[in-house]
Amino acid sequence: MNHPSYLGVFLTFARNSLIRDMTFRTNFIIEAISSVSWMIMNLGFYTLVYQFTPSIADWSKYEFFVFIATTMFINSIVQAFFMPNMQELSELVRTGGLDYALLKPIDTQFLVSLQRVNWSSLGNFVVALILLVYAVPRIDGLQLSPWQFVLYPLYVFLGVLILYSVMVGLAATSIWLGRNQSLYDFWFYITNFSRYPMEIYDGTWGTPLRHLFTFVIPILVVINVPARFLAKTLSADQSLLAAFAVVATVLSLLASRWVFKQALWSYRSASS
Amino acid sequence: MLARAETWWTILKISVEERLVYRGDFALGTLMRFLPIVTQIFLWTAVFVAAGSNDIKGYSPTDIIAYYLLTMLARAFSSMPGLASGIARQVRDGEIKKFMIQPIDLVGYLLLARIAHKVVYYLVAAGPFALVYYVCRSYFPGWPDPSVFAVFVCSLLLSFALGFFLEASMGMIAFWFLEVTSLLFVYMLFTFFFSGHMFPLDFLPEPWGTIVDFMPFKYMAYFPAAVFLGKVEGPDMWQGLMVQIGWVAFFIFTCRRMMNAGYRRYSGFGG
Repeated sequence: MNHPSYLGVFLTFARNSLIRDMTFRTNFIIEAISSVSWMIMNLGFYTLVYQFTPSIADWSKYEFFVFIATTMFINSIVQAFFMPNMQELSELVRTGGLDYALLKPIDTQFLVSLQRVNWSSLGNFVVALILLVYAVPRIDGLQLSPWQFVLYPLYVFLGVLILYSVMVGLAATSIWLGRNQSLYDFWFYITNFSRYPMEIYDGTWGTPLRHLFTFVIPILVVINVPARFLAKTLSADQSLLAAFAVVATVLSLLASRWVFKQALWSYRSASS
Repeated sequence: MLARAETWWTILKISVEERLVYRGDFALGTLMRFLPIVTQIFLWTAVFVAAGSNDIKGYSPTDIIAYYLLTMLARAFSSMPGLASGIARQVRDGEIKKFMIQPIDLVGYLLLARIAHKVVYYLVAAGPFALVYYVCRSYFPGWPDPSVFAVFVCSLLLSFALGFFLEASMGMIAFWFLEVTSLLFVYMLFTFFFSGHMFPLDFLPEPWGTIVDFMPFKYMAYFPAAVFLGKVEGPDMWQGLMVQIGWVAFFIFTCRRMMNAGYRRYSGFGG
């Protein structure tokens, strides 16, 4: 049996989505603008906060801007490639449309994860790039080494993979529950924890919380590790967390794959 | 008159029952909504530690947390999920026609449905809210004066009215532009930022502080919370309450004007 070319299939999906997005061009532009304006408000908020303090948990203003840019990179990628598909999965389960996906001679998880690309979400990617170029030279005492330019994109990519795994895990629940409308809400509330430097979770409640979101659901390493790589001068004590991030990524991918397969077993078609 | 009251009562009852269908999902959703507060608590604690002071523009660390908890309550009154987009959808797919041919007023119907939803919401949410407030009781400065508390309650109820009529007016824009999703998103951002849901509005530097005073948004979250915490008091408080009433009246009027203008403009095709 011939294996389908996964890359070829994906490129076709991406092209079709782009054609579809370009058919409704005004909508595309407005969507891009609105996601950008959300980020501007976020920046406004932190600019405000930094009027009262020189740093938050050891992150100076421009270092934190790098942190925000990293958040934007990762979120825009997740929202462009996985978010629309995972929302669609819940609908596929409810209507029985998943039957078609199961029948196709291609990996089901691949198919339901990547069928649609939401190109307008990549607007934030560009903004993040601008923000990065603005913020990095303004960090006091930062010595950049070529390694940082290698490690940063790599760990951004690993972060995307971790978030994808969490998302697959959440979406799989819609197969069990039959319907999961609050998926997006839940997603927002969980990832909300990852949008802050992990050092702020400190104290009686904070430390257990930090451990929970580092070791059990590793969402804290998603943004923290790459952001630290670029915003701070490279040092040896980052290596432990960096090594852990690799392990966490592999484990979460495997776990999400397992959860997805388990969930598929309990899928009972609907309304056919 | 009696028949009319009966109609409205029936609408209210149906809406309550409709809302109770998904009560489990709902209670869970309410509890989850407090999660962002947890991160805000940690964030502001870190800010106060780094700033090395216990006072930011008159807010102590506990004040800030109490403020966020109170704005949650205020937003429970003033936020209207799905109201404007619901109106827009009805205009787009033609469902709006039923309000034109049946002797039921669109705004009145929506208001009743919303009241029913909110009442059920408060019944279900009372548990999670009470729990969180009890756990966080040490952050609050204590009960305010009865008169201040009365103003607080009034401003909460008014924030419901303001939220409803403001968002309904936004929804009416759909009579002119069929696709208003992005517009509503921008509106949502504005309310989030300028209502004080994101941070106490006292933190804003000039000229923003003054600009925010001239917008209706701050009465949807900031004002009730600030009244409770004594950040707005005396004549300022009463003046604020008057302005809030003014905004409610303004949007009741605007919403109705837009509905009537929209009805005149609207043309429905097909069955």
